Amino acid sequence: MAKKNDAIISKLKNIGEGVLDDVESGHNPSMDIMTRSINNVHFDEASGVIKLGNDRQKRFYFNVNQAKKFLQTLLIAKQIKTLIEQDKPPLSIRQLFYTLKHEIPGAGENTFDVQEESDPIIEDIEAITDTLREDLNLIATPNGVISGPMVVEDKTGDVLDFTRMGSAGGAVPPIVEDDYFHIKEMSADYILVVEKYAVWNLLNQEKYWKKNNCLLMTGKGQPARAERRLLARFAEEFDIPIYIFTDMDPWGYYIYSVYKYGSINLAFFSEKAACPPAKYIGLSVRDVMDFQLPKSSWIKLNDEDNKRIEEISSYPWFQKERWQKELSDLKKFGYKIEQDALVSKSIEFTSNNYLPHKIENKEFLE
Amino acid sequence: MTSSKVSREEKGPIALELAKKQKSISVAEFFEKNRHMLGFDSLPRCLITCIKEAVDNSLDACEESSILPDIYIRIRKVDDKMLNIVVEDNGPGIHKDVLPRVFGKLLYGSRFHAIRQSRGQQGIGISAAVLYGQLTSGKPARITSKIDSKLPAYMYDLKIDTETNEPRILSERIDEFFTSKGTRIEIEMEAAYVRGRQSVLEYLKNTSIVNPHARFTFIDPYNERFTFERASDILPKKPVEIKPHPRGIELGTLVKMLQVTDIKKLSSFLNSEFTKVGGYTAENICREANIDPNMVPHDLSMDIEGVKRLLGAFQKIKVMSPPRDCLSPITEDLLKKGVIQNCNIDFIATASRPVNASRGNPFMVEAVIAFGGDIEREGKADIIRFANRVPLMYQQGACAITHAIERINWKHYNMEQPKNAKLPSGPIMVLVHIASTNVPFTSESKDAVADIPEIMDDVELAVRQCARELSRFLSEQKKALEARKKIRIFESYTKEVANALSVLTGKDEAHIEARFLDILNKKYSKFIEEIPAEDNAGGE
Repeated sequence: MAKKNDAIISKLKNIGEGVLDDVESGHNPSMDIMTRSINNVHFDEASGVIKLGNDRQKRFYFNVNQAKKFLQTLLIAKQIKTLIEQDKPPLSIRQLFYTLKHEIPGAGENTFDVQEESDPIIEDIEAITDTLREDLNLIATPNGVISGPMVVEDKTGDVLDFTRMGSAGGAVPPIVEDDYFHIKEMSADYILVVEKYAVWNLLNQEKYWKKNNCLLMTGKGQPARAERRLLARFAEEFDIPIYIFTDMDPWGYYIYSVYKYGSINLAFFSEKAACPPAKYIGLSVRDVMDFQLPKSSWIKLNDEDNKRIEEISSYPWFQKERWQKELSDLKKFGYKIEQDALVSKSIEFTSNNYLPHKIENKEFLE
Repeated sequence: MTSSKVSREEKGPIALELAKKQKSISVAEFFEKNRHMLGFDSLPRCLITCIKEAVDNSLDACEESSILPDIYIRIRKVDDKMLNIVVEDNGPGIHKDVLPRVFGKLLYGSRFHAIRQSRGQQGIGISAAVLYGQLTSGKPARITSKIDSKLPAYMYDLKIDTETNEPRILSERIDEFFTSKGTRIEIEMEAAYVRGRQSVLEYLKNTSIVNPHARFTFIDPYNERFTFERASDILPKKPVEIKPHPRGIELGTLVKMLQVTDIKKLSSFLNSEFTKVGGYTAENICREANIDPNMVPHDLSMDIEGVKRLLGAFQKIKVMSPPRDCLSPITEDLLKKGVIQNCNIDFIATASRPVNASRGNPFMVEAVIAFGGDIEREGKADIIRFANRVPLMYQQGACAITHAIERINWKHYNMEQPKNAKLPSGPIMVLVHIASTNVPFTSESKDAVADIPEIMDDVELAVRQCARELSRFLSEQKKALEARKKIRIFESYTKEVANALSVLTGKDEAHIEARFLDILNKKYSKFIEEIPAEDNAGGE
């Protein structure tokens, strides 16, 4: 551990050294920042993972549009180094934001105004140092809950039985590596990840996980890193199917792809957080016909939805014929449907009809 | 109405009755009753008018004899209501034969009939002040004048006989103490000394701006001395008398000219009675008006339609602008000097328009915009108006100069102009001078210029020209200000950056900061405004 930390500290130091070299030689000081946009990620077919390319951008100090970001980058690097050196417990990225937020004397402005300014810079530093946030002693706040046949020994030494977590389920901790979250027992036949907490809650109330002997998990919308990493661990450590169940809209499709392939923004994290075996269980356009979902539950696609469909259609990891068809069918159909809408058939429809039918008949998209 | 019961027949016709009551009114009597027309209405204004008339006369006299004016003004309190005013100049003096009439007879002047630029014109100014003084104080005016160092100075105490409009000399003696050439006038009158926008001080400051060749010394009633120094030793060019210009001459005037001329040929008449009309132009005008050039002008004056055609031809045929030499503009250079001498400012722009004519009278517009410095920051811009080097202190809202300035949208020139406001706000001074052989005032008190379209257009153009320069200055100032602000921000960022780098690398924070500031000062200050060339686009 200490050795790992030394390596991280020297990487952070290097950022500062590079800037100082520029200054000493009379150049406009700069840092190389990995470009984290769709143009600098590629889809690695072999591993089925989104990977970051090698494009970099220079971030200059003596440039009106970049000066503040430059300053913020150094502040965060400095703070991370200090936290690691002092062996403090991990801070959330919000707490880190607060430790650095102060007024810059004489400038009449703050170092940071909103967390939206510091979060992307933390990602920049993860990419520069090629180190995960968790190892930088920072944690993202997870939202995920799980219930099902699994027993875990927590870093605190507490043993958690996820069959006894009541109606709220067990929380996914911020760091899910083995030394924090040691899985002692796991007897599920498959893992079902649902997009929305409300749907997870309904299934949990009905003891769906017990009836079907599965692990029932939700990331509450777009999953945080901990949920994604945990799902990746499940895929690495257990040879059981993993199903993703989301809304029938481009946002839902994308959530599935983040679980399965990783995300553009955190491409450097994908190798640890992708879950290639994941399968898409629904909702799909075909389900509308197959299950005769009532028209009253359809919502018209808006401009933003249509734009997002276009974007997703062009992503390399959506090029499979099945997905291209799904996307164009959705566009043609012109409506989106939320997974919650299945209750319009009946309250138990999701757990008693829809999910068992899909799993038995292996009606998945991959 | 009379209430007498006497029958009409006994008295004879009413007209006869009324005719007995008719009599002529002397001009002096008329102004005694209507003194507000000449600028003697409120007490503070009476004071300014009196000083203004005396100073105008002094300046005109000095310039006519090529003397750099040195004018001394003193106001003394006599009692609660009365002030004693002295204006003394170093001019050529006034010959004792005409002196009493110059000061003691209304409508007596040397400049009324000349088409030439001068301050006074009708010859009612200073005599009206004398009249006002005797009406309110009962005391005569005292005038001393010396025309030659070898001759003695004569001192007169005189009043105006209002019935006859003739001077009445109460005493005439030799003043032994008056040693140098010049004229001195002393009047006691009911008046009030005030400070502020419409005050003697303001009047003198503005007069000094447009008469940079003059020096004024002023002693106020509290014995405080103010000196307005010369900004230039160059006398204004003496205006030359000219004939009327055909542009904008009025029908009645043209008819009268045609009637009284002795010239027997229309083309020769045009040629000799108008400025800038040569033989060729005269031919063209006649052809355009479809009138025989050999026609006798007097005959044409009978044919109103013909005169109208001639007037139309004046507008159609290009006639050269009137000659400049009948006017005496201040010139941009001296205007600048005058303003800088009298006001502390950050920026000044000047403009002058070519000579133009309206109603046959040549005129020309000069404008100045000054900005910043000690000019009042709050509220709207100051407009300072001049006609023939005389400040116009009253009726700003009724003046063509103001109206022309109000036509401008100042937002186009980087200035603030609140919604529905006619003028920009901020430390702005707009100064306009109209020089003309005959300034078209709205009234005899010469407070405001009438809304003549040609004059308004020229004022607007001149002011706009200055406004463009100010606009450039303001945007550069804004840029410089922003750059300075950015450098300040960089300096404060650099403290933070140096601290972070020091923590990251263990190097000395003060040294890092110094190195950063070196680069900022030496190399990258210029990049504060533009993105460095070695830079590619930033962002995510």
